[in-house]
Amino acid sequence: MIDKEQQHKPETTSNLEHFSYDNVIVKNFAIATMFWGVAGMVVGLLVALQLANPIFNIGEQAWLTFGRLRPLHTNAVIFAFVGNGMFAGIYYSLPRLLKARMFSDLLGKIHFWGWQLIILSALITLPLGFTQGKEYAELEWPIDIAIAVIWVVFGLNMIMTMIKRRERHLYVAIWFYIATFVTVAVLHIVNSLALPLSLFNSYSVFAGVQDALVQWWYGHNAVAFFLTTPYLGLMYYFVPKAANRPVYSYRLSIIHFWSLIFIYIWAGPHHLLYTSLPDWAQSLGTVFSVMLIAPSWGGMLNGLLTLRGVWDKVRTEPVLKFMVVALTAYGMATFEGPMLSFKNVNAITHYTDWTIAHVHVGALGWNGFLTFGMLYWLFPKMYRTKLHSLKLANVHFWLGTLGIVFYVIPMYWAGLTQSLMWKDFTPEGFLKYPNFLETVTQIIHMYELRAFGGLLYVIGALVAVYNYYMTAASGSLLKEEEASAPALQGGHKIKRWHEWIEARPIQMTIFSLIAISIGGLVEFLPTYFVKSNTPTISTVQPYTPLELKGRDIYIREGCYLCHSQMIRPFRSETERYGDYSKSGEFVYDHPFQWGSKRTGPDLARVGGKYPDSWHYNHMLDPGSMSPGSIMPSYPWLLDDDISVDDVPAQIALMRNLGVPYEEGYEDKAVADLDKQADEITESLLNDGSETEPRKEIVALIAYLQRLGIDAGKASSVPLK
Amino acid sequence: MSAIIVLIGISLVVALVFLGVFIWSVKSNQYEDTYTPSIRILFEDDDRQRTATQTGDDEQS
Repeated sequence: MIDKEQQHKPETTSNLEHFSYDNVIVKNFAIATMFWGVAGMVVGLLVALQLANPIFNIGEQAWLTFGRLRPLHTNAVIFAFVGNGMFAGIYYSLPRLLKARMFSDLLGKIHFWGWQLIILSALITLPLGFTQGKEYAELEWPIDIAIAVIWVVFGLNMIMTMIKRRERHLYVAIWFYIATFVTVAVLHIVNSLALPLSLFNSYSVFAGVQDALVQWWYGHNAVAFFLTTPYLGLMYYFVPKAANRPVYSYRLSIIHFWSLIFIYIWAGPHHLLYTSLPDWAQSLGTVFSVMLIAPSWGGMLNGLLTLRGVWDKVRTEPVLKFMVVALTAYGMATFEGPMLSFKNVNAITHYTDWTIAHVHVGALGWNGFLTFGMLYWLFPKMYRTKLHSLKLANVHFWLGTLGIVFYVIPMYWAGLTQSLMWKDFTPEGFLKYPNFLETVTQIIHMYELRAFGGLLYVIGALVAVYNYYMTAASGSLLKEEEASAPALQGGHKIKRWHEWIEARPIQMTIFSLIAISIGGLVEFLPTYFVKSNTPTISTVQPYTPLELKGRDIYIREGCYLCHSQMIRPFRSETERYGDYSKSGEFVYDHPFQWGSKRTGPDLARVGGKYPDSWHYNHMLDPGSMSPGSIMPSYPWLLDDDISVDDVPAQIALMRNLGVPYEEGYEDKAVADLDKQADEITESLLNDGSETEPRKEIVALIAYLQRLGIDAGKASSVPLK
Repeated sequence: MSAIIVLIGISLVVALVFLGVFIWSVKSNQYEDTYTPSIRILFEDDDRQRTATQTGDDEQS
């Protein structure tokens, strides 16, 4: 049925209900957005400088190194900046679209403060090295649980508001919000499944290729359902509002929504092209990724065409300027995504800075600019005043736009340059640049330019903060915005508790979600507590206790952020790194450490390549072994001791996860650890480096020297 | 590759949930009218309290 415009129908005013919208929660989320946004961007600038010059790993402090700050940067901009931005936009638009105040002020407050506490805990734990070692899912298990709880609070508040709505039609933006809530909940829970060893240490229940698949199913859909769908919802609300034009085609927006969510969830494997993932799964990812261009561009064009007839306003109105660039960036990123999912293109771009450029078109352009545009519209609106300075908003616009340009072009250039150098052969058939470092020093200036682009963007954001603040200071916040609307005619009166579940599928969605989660857990958790059913290579053995400790350090220091452990089946890679990687090599890797970027060389077969003393000196001062290296120094590894108290528990935990340590090995584990550590210490001493067996460096060397060794022993055996 | 079976299972369930919601949305006439909702959002808020803000108002006056 068609809802009539209530205010134009005087006969309905008899049952008019009066209520108000809460602007305080919107204001809080908006402030948090900019606060954490600037923080996340500043950390981003710092890690960009660290790549340009390792001296920016300030004071050789563990917590200030790239490997620990890079997860902080990604988590801050994704979950703190975009997260709070999404909530600000939803808490503003949702009640207005539904003509109902948000369901509960209390739930809103719990949501707000809970989310800020989660961010704060990330800010503390990530630099301390507490990490699960999976990109964008680094936070340890207690924080993961907190995220799940707060996410449900948010969803409950949103869905209860829908139940008591006064507008029957659910505007398209709301559908995007619902999809965000449901899907992120499922993704987060599945990918975070881990067995804890202690309060801040846990191991993924999945291993190797399985873990990789789950991680990138999550990783890709985090982009889809955390960075894209909620912002598309915001776009469908704020672009028409700012332009004062209805969306170009409402029908297209509906098609956009349904096709996007049905396709997006299958595209994850495109992050694992040419890896040990089965070929058919890779093809599945490619096919769906290519299909994604249709809904994505449909949505992008729908947004841009909304501005038909008001393009003159785009010249003068900062809100629209930001939104136009945001939509254009969305179009660029969603064109690039399917292209990068073609295997032949991916072969060139993967592991290079091209990927970094790609994600920053999305993050800086789409998410950043849409957030800024939305806030330029919201602050004057909520504070009942004019924007403090149009001129400053324009300054911000150009700083931001130039920042993006200076960021992404050098990164595209760097990515392509490095990839071509990796693949370059001499006429005699040898690698032209056999030393990986040559391909790094070649692009250092690009890293410098990128940092400059980042600096421009940060300055722009600071100008925006000032402008927002002055706008707020010149007006006064309308805390409660009065509104009135007639009650929904023919709406269901809630009589029995289960009636509202059955009456409407939205509620069904929640209960289905809970049902899925329980069903899913019951169904597949046991398979991970029994022996892994992945085909194994007979010579691939579990890690020794010392190697496990070394692996913990590898994960803690974020080595996977710059080093892959996955050799693709290309001659340029097998020549450089050794035989290509097989899935059977990773069956004991909880979590997998394949990485997604090669700022440094692949390490899948680094074991035995260098003497122990090389690693010792290299960790102490990478420049001493590789002049010009941009890797930070890790002097604390030489000073700090590993803790052996939890070795038995760690062995038992790994056995629970399916790693075949024999019964009772716990009791012998520490002795084994000491024996192996003594051997390495002695080999180091013979080369003139004196250390103690229990130092972290010894464990790390043990792990690095093990990498790729086992499969090599089976080289005469056909491998699958 | 049990993880892929699990993921396909979960993805299918999510997709089926969305399919169910889609069927509901069509059956409950959510999409009977695919034009006025886009107009309505432009009028829904506080006309009475509107002050001259910088954006969006000049068209209405």
